[in-house]
Amino acid sequence: MQLTPDIDRVFGALADATRRDIVRRAINGEEGVAELAGHYPMSFAAVQKHVAVLERAGLVSKHRIGRRKVVRTNVHGLAVARRLLDRYEELWRGRVDRMTALVTETKETHA
Amino acid sequence: MTVTAVRKDPKALTMTITAEFEASPERVWQLWADPRQLERWWGPPTYPATFTKHDLAPGSRVEYHMTGPEGDQPRGFWDIVKADAPNSIVIRDGFANDDGTPNTDFPVGEMRVRIEEIGDGRTRMSIDSLFPSTEAMEQVLAMGQEEGLKQAVGQIDAILAEDASRSS
Repeated sequence: MQLTPDIDRVFGALADATRRDIVRRAINGEEGVAELAGHYPMSFAAVQKHVAVLERAGLVSKHRIGRRKVVRTNVHGLAVARRLLDRYEELWRGRVDRMTALVTETKETHA
Repeated sequence: MTVTAVRKDPKALTMTITAEFEASPERVWQLWADPRQLERWWGPPTYPATFTKHDLAPGSRVEYHMTGPEGDQPRGFWDIVKADAPNSIVIRDGFANDDGTPNTDFPVGEMRVRIEEIGDGRTRMSIDSLFPSTEAMEQVLAMGQEEGLKQAVGQIDAILAEDASRSS
């Protein structure tokens, strides 16, 4: 099992705001690269590169619909929400840890 | 472990987190009411928060920004809907533009905080978060990369495991 390179690739792919946005837009899977490119202030080629990075990471894939090729996110929308909630939980766990540290700190100073 | 329960509903985009502290409700309230204390826990160490306007009276607007590792300063605001010190507060939170005005590209979310004494000098705090959209959640999470990263490996493993089981 060679998991590490894939993890790096997935995370590298998601580290960019435009690519995260493409993943989000492609959940509906109705747009091709050209239509996606219309949403960003960058060239078609630049958006094509972003899509290629996401494809290599396995986050999106291209599907043929008649003569068109659309970009589709490989995860179900609900699964995305679930993962976001998981990360949000981590964010709050971090906050609670810091809150606890603060409360404990003041207790020690007053003691 | 101070977090005692977490409930998540991916369909409704809600999360409730419950935590217990060995402190009085007044002390826990201070974590929200004192901006200098708030700054020490709201943002992760890599994205510290600075509250430039802070008043928890109902109807007030709280303004803050975070400072990222590359100097980026995303801004946010809270509109205080209800506040009853030291027991509850309802906040509508959103993203702000560079000039501090609400960024209307993102719908606002809501946090309902309850703080109650549970005996033995302990206090329970629970927070209901209602997210307007997955997009807004992404935005929030982008300001906490470090904590996101801490989870990243486990998360990606889970994704890969899920994909593997699906294709098998």
